Amino acid sequence: MKIDLIVNKQKKTFLIEPNEYLLDVLRRYDYQSVRRGCDNTSCGVCTVLLDNKPVPSCSVLAIRCEGKEITTVEGIADEAEKLAHYFGELGADQCGYCNPSMALTVYSLKQENKNASVEEIKNYLVGNLCRCTGYVAQHEAIKRYLGDES
Amino acid sequence: MEIKEFFKPKSLSEAFEVLNANSNNKIIGGGAWIKISLKKVDTLISLEELNLNYIKEEKDFIEIGSMSSLRDMEVNEGIKSLASGILSQAISNIMGVTVRNIATIGGSVMGKFAFSDLLGVLQVLDAELMFYHSGIMNIEDFVNMTKIPKDILLAIRIKKQSGKGYFKKIAITHLDFSILNIAITYNEGIKIAVGSRPNIAIRARRTEEFLNSFKIITEDKINEAVDIAFEEIKLGDNSRASKDYREILMKTYLKRAIREVM
Repeated sequence: MKIDLIVNKQKKTFLIEPNEYLLDVLRRYDYQSVRRGCDNTSCGVCTVLLDNKPVPSCSVLAIRCEGKEITTVEGIADEAEKLAHYFGELGADQCGYCNPSMALTVYSLKQENKNASVEEIKNYLVGNLCRCTGYVAQHEAIKRYLGDES
Repeated sequence: MEIKEFFKPKSLSEAFEVLNANSNNKIIGGGAWIKISLKKVDTLISLEELNLNYIKEEKDFIEIGSMSSLRDMEVNEGIKSLASGILSQAISNIMGVTVRNIATIGGSVMGKFAFSDLLGVLQVLDAELMFYHSGIMNIEDFVNMTKIPKDILLAIRIKKQSGKGYFKKIAITHLDFSILNIAITYNEGIKIAVGSRPNIAIRARRTEEFLNSFKIITEDKINEAVDIAFEEIKLGDNSRASKDYREILMKTYLKRAIREVM
């Protein structure tokens, strides 16, 4: 069957099966920044924005997204660039596998609460796992990014 | 998971008809646990076009449409004011924000998951479930039913209540399911529910009656109450924790919970 999705502000038609998850469809259509991790909602590396809210694409049936807006990290490139600057500055980045998902969730936090404390940052990001960094530098980098008004 | 057909009904009557047309037709809530709860479905029914995504505050109660996300509930000011915010607090401990953006209260209730953190909280808040066909049902009656009704959950209604509330989830990691959870409210009387035992959350009715029979609760009475709780709340083993460990947890955290609200 065919569905229309608006991916990064561009309307596109996708051929899908009724039991396919959004993650599988996006990756099949070469949105490679949407990554596969645990495949059961636990790790967060498959995060995309669905109508501007971060969701685990591994557990959202693609068919339910008909007509909705999907944003991958490419759709927030300018903001991701700013976050990357602070990640680099503080050494908050290692393998980079979780970075696209982390950027999308942090972007969403900025829309909701740009004055978030480190505790609030931790709570908001609890579903986005990073196996490399140990989080401390990430949280500080995110705090700086949230305060960046440029 | 295998899905033969996907169906978005335009009316509740249409949804109810299709649901009951075949024993293997199912309703999907948020779909967060669909991978573990559904293997093969003939027609998967999705309710998003039926205007069930709302949180409405009335004079005496809050009504939550069954398609409301856990995240929308977590940040709702009316829900935050119920019994020290016990429901918002319990929701905030479920997975991460991304999952709470898709998980719905309808799916959380109708799934009757044994690991659920919300079924105990809804019981101590005396929530009522509003079904399309069966009408209004108390959450405790629903939890105690052996079979999940083939009906459409429209909304959950919770009476506005001040008083104190306390919720404790004990889990191996933040993202894991509870190995035990305790929900307790104290308003006109005390209400206690224990879940993820590993079985589904149930009320501790005899323990409540015992505590509610005293005007002043001393440490001795709390100890006696916990003994009664052990008689009526059956704990067990599963892959997350042993029965022995759950017993230690319940003894410690039930005492703390009672002290917290009295």
